[in-house]
Amino acid sequence: MTELQTVDLPTTIPKHKKSLLSEVAARTAGKSNIEMCIQCGTCGGSCPSAADMDHTPRAIFALLKAGVRDEALRSNTPWMCVSCYYCTVRCPQDIHITDVMYTLKNIAVEEKIYTDSTAPDFSKTFINMVENYGRSFEVGLAGIHNLKHFIGRLPGMTPMVIGMLTKKGMPITPPKRIKGMAQLKKILKRAKELEAV
Amino acid sequence: MSDYIFYPGCAMESSARAYDISLKAISKTLGIGIKDVDDWNCCGATEYLSISATPAYALIARNLALASRQVNGSNTVMASCSACYLNLTKADHNMAVDPKFGIKINQALEAGGLSYQPGALEIKHILDIMVNDIGLEKIKSKVKRPLEGLRVAPYLGCMVPRPDYASRFSDAEQPVELDMLLESLGAEVVDFPLRTACCGGHMTQISPDTAFDLINRLVKAADDQQADLMVTACPMCQMNLDAFQGEMNHHFKTNFKMPILFFTQLVGLAFGYEASELGFGLELVSAKSALSKLGMKAPESDSAAKVKKPPKGELPMPAPLPKMPRSAEKEATQ
Amino acid sequence: MTKNNEEPRIGVYVCHCGTNIAGVVDVENVATWAKEKLGTQGVVVSRDYKFMCSSLGQELIEKDIKEHNLNRIVVAACSPHLHEKTFRTATSNGGLNPFMCEMVSIREQVSWVHTDKVIATEKAKSMISGGVARIVHHEPLQPMSVPIHPATLVVGGGISGIQAALEIADAGYPVHLVEREPSIGGHMAQFDKTFPTLDCSACILTPKMVEAGNHPNINLYTWSEVEKVDGYVGNFVATIRKKARKIVEADCTGCGICQEKCPKKVIDDVFEAGLGYRKAVYTPFPQAVPNYPVIDVENCTYFEKGTCKVCEKFCPTNAIDFEQEDELISIEIGNIILATGYDLFDARKVSNYGYGRLANVFTSLEFERLTNASGPTGGEIVLRDGKTVPKSVGVIHCVGSRDKNYNEYCSSICCMQSLKFAHLVHERSGAEVYNFYIDIRTPGKGYDEFYLRLVEEGTNFIRGKVAEVSDTARNSEEEGKLIVQVEDTLVGKQRRIPVDMIVLSAALEPRADAKEVGKLFGISCSANGWLIERHPKLDPVATMTEGIYIAGCAQGPKDIPSSVAQGAAAAARVIGKIQKKEIELEPIRASVIEEKCSGCRICNNLCPFNAILFHEDRMVSEINPALCQGCGTCVAACPAGAIIGTGFSNEQVLSQIEGLLMLNIEAAATD
Repeated sequence: MTELQTVDLPTTIPKHKKSLLSEVAARTAGKSNIEMCIQCGTCGGSCPSAADMDHTPRAIFALLKAGVRDEALRSNTPWMCVSCYYCTVRCPQDIHITDVMYTLKNIAVEEKIYTDSTAPDFSKTFINMVENYGRSFEVGLAGIHNLKHFIGRLPGMTPMVIGMLTKKGMPITPPKRIKGMAQLKKILKRAKELEAV
Repeated sequence: MSDYIFYPGCAMESSARAYDISLKAISKTLGIGIKDVDDWNCCGATEYLSISATPAYALIARNLALASRQVNGSNTVMASCSACYLNLTKADHNMAVDPKFGIKINQALEAGGLSYQPGALEIKHILDIMVNDIGLEKIKSKVKRPLEGLRVAPYLGCMVPRPDYASRFSDAEQPVELDMLLESLGAEVVDFPLRTACCGGHMTQISPDTAFDLINRLVKAADDQQADLMVTACPMCQMNLDAFQGEMNHHFKTNFKMPILFFTQLVGLAFGYEASELGFGLELVSAKSALSKLGMKAPESDSAAKVKKPPKGELPMPAPLPKMPRSAEKEATQ
Repeated sequence: MTKNNEEPRIGVYVCHCGTNIAGVVDVENVATWAKEKLGTQGVVVSRDYKFMCSSLGQELIEKDIKEHNLNRIVVAACSPHLHEKTFRTATSNGGLNPFMCEMVSIREQVSWVHTDKVIATEKAKSMISGGVARIVHHEPLQPMSVPIHPATLVVGGGISGIQAALEIADAGYPVHLVEREPSIGGHMAQFDKTFPTLDCSACILTPKMVEAGNHPNINLYTWSEVEKVDGYVGNFVATIRKKARKIVEADCTGCGICQEKCPKKVIDDVFEAGLGYRKAVYTPFPQAVPNYPVIDVENCTYFEKGTCKVCEKFCPTNAIDFEQEDELISIEIGNIILATGYDLFDARKVSNYGYGRLANVFTSLEFERLTNASGPTGGEIVLRDGKTVPKSVGVIHCVGSRDKNYNEYCSSICCMQSLKFAHLVHERSGAEVYNFYIDIRTPGKGYDEFYLRLVEEGTNFIRGKVAEVSDTARNSEEEGKLIVQVEDTLVGKQRRIPVDMIVLSAALEPRADAKEVGKLFGISCSANGWLIERHPKLDPVATMTEGIYIAGCAQGPKDIPSSVAQGAAAAARVIGKIQKKEIELEPIRASVIEEKCSGCRICNNLCPFNAILFHEDRMVSEINPALCQGCGTCVAACPAGAIIGTGFSNEQVLSQIEGLLMLNIEAAATD
């Protein structure tokens, strides 16, 4: 698990060294400040899910700086991020760490580098619903996702599911489509084209 | 009567109906006019941002564009869900500080005949509106049934206080706004150390063990403080702690029965509404027995205070920072 | 043509400054260009040279003045802050009035701020063109001499101020030492040990305090503050408010009975850093200098309720005077040294470290008091309960320093201080110590050796900025402890380390009133609030205002050796000035043309140096040349255009602008 053993550090500094860091910075909305990292570890110390990450966020930044592209993008770190923003507000260098994690996920999905599909699938299922209805649909989402990835978990979940549907009264049918569905589709289509540029 | 453009978000129609019902009830008492963003769409939560940034922001920005068309006197958008609140403010913020990015998002909106000028809207969370716009004095004056005897753990989670954009209304780590609101209702607010810790977010779906650990920490900390219940200002926090508490108990072989409510439900209760008018009963871990304590004097707690307050006559403690909403703090330093 | 109908013969010198300028600006091209294009303006000689400030460079100017009969010199090099004096001297050595030299800053304003070589070269040309156009209108000026008053005001009685005062007093000159607190000694008096040699702070400080207190050349004003400063270098007048001690100093023997009998106990936020108590009548510590107490009127029962007077009853010499009033004292001095020190960062702001919420989180100053033999625990390291000895202690570095959320700068002393703490814990309690650091910075004599000593002692050094300190246990091992959550960045893992006590090495910050102090003495603060020195390397204790010097932490965070060195350095500068007996003032001054003055008095109140007086009889304003600092405020403000600034006449400024815009060249070309 220690990255010191698993990281395949290049013996020479690769040519694309700078470009990886600036690529990530450029793809992050707003100002990422990622180049300012001083490797203090505030992010890794603050992270509530650090124990389940193969690298701490700090180590990811070191990999990005060193230009170790595959290792950085293959990591489960961004996918374990819970978006709690503790690292972002505590970072002494004002690096927008959570947003950088989103960017890393974007690149990993685009380049199909991250192999465990659990997290990307969940996001994609979610998006699928939003792109079809304009709204999300919690029950459907959880159902589809757990059937695919956690089928063994379902028996344990049964009491909760029943509670959700009866006691909590959550709808089991998909939401009504928003009126501007066509408009939304056009916007998203254009956005996807712009993203690819 | 103040009017707000309301962005409810998807959860208000499903898992967080209690939040919606209680909010609508108390807004009558407080004289707040609420008008939904017409034909709003999902904000994408944390999911769309994970896959592709531009469409994710465009999705959020459609709501901003629609809301800005509804500006009429007030340009304040009220959000109830913390993830929605964060996404709306984040899109507005990033479009403003990164003009190139702002143009790109507007190019996408253009395909649907829409546009949004960053900064055109003021996006606020309900809690902010209640504490800073309406004010604790007014809320206090509407209390008919003080929540005496109820020990409440105030739990805000992540996305209301963070990230700490300049426009955010509270401290990023130790916000006092929810505490003060609950105190004004007469409740006994416990010093809940994990008030802004993470509930696990979507980890209940992706990495359940990670989520169970986080849920356990929160529920255990509230239980250690002898809280009767926890209140939240976020549908995701409520869902994770409430709906997954059973599965978490099973995982850790524990037996917590901590009711998780929305803060608006307690406000409604204090305002004199009946539980049935506030969405009580929709929670999976029933709040019934906790609420039966209402009006009774809570027993003296002994656990947490022990470590923190030294016995008399020993080394003095530094004075804690004065407890005031951040808005008041800002004024005080000016 | 110049005013006195003299044909201008100008020499232009373009400095390479090694590669500082030549790396970006094509200096040879600039020099050739100046000769060709500015010949019509009077440029006779134009050269480039590797280091104009070298003696060879200076000699070049002197030689050219003689050989080419030059009457004006333009040096395009660094900022005039650095070398204006050098080139004025060279000009003077060549036989000209030194003010016939003009500097053009093509380093600070060109090569250091541009990367595009072509554009930078063009800009250098334009700036030189401005300088040449301006110097045509220069006139010889004579500096003015003023006497220097031999007395010095030292503000702040910490180690830096004490050192400065003693050096000057020992040289035989009078010193007024003003201290806000009841005793001199400053922060150093609060410490037990000093790094890296661990000598006892009081043992090395108190002899100096006593010496300062007894020195025949030092007037000590404690419990006093400077309220007003008038005048100028050599001739300042300062007003000191001597706050009412409510104790008649002449009668007080310092026996301490009043303190003993006083029934009112108050938390001592200053000397004990909030960790201990004092009485309402008190001397902050036993070795205080002077050792007369003060009555803290805000907490004294008599002043609160009108009765008590226990101190008065017991005082054997009747030295208590409840009616005593503040006293305003006016003193004349020639120079001023500001050694006003620092404030400790308010660690409560870092809410994730729990100070103010979690009992056993201490600040560095609290910990200093905890280890001090005369502190609230007699030097025993114990928890807030006053008795439990910790079995494990965490020391957190960089609290409020190196952090954009608080202060971006490094506070410079925290690493060594934290190492000292770790050592004291080892020595006194045998507890396990964890030091949490981002980088260990030990660049001082014997400092890194001290670090290695701590490594040898078995201190656990964990490289990582602590994320949070909490008392929320996750398992039985953490129960009842403070848990430090941190990424051990050398391992790449998040760790949770339970300890009994936390010490926060909090940042050093400028005094809360540093900006007002700066304004009072007419000097500036940096964006952070530290007082600004004249030059960060070569003139670290002088300021941009003649006669005002700074020393110690008022200038920036520093340790005791550096504070002492700066105190002594400032003293040496002042002694040098006093010994010269008089000082030449820059002849850059404003003056009023009486015929044009309408007597509107707009300038009177604008002058920051109170240099303008108004003649009621003639209804005109006049500027006192000794007080005027040449700032130009009145020149710009005068609606009648009746005030001229020597060296900054309209002619000079407007020609310089025309020169910058190259208007003079185009005009010449079309002629």
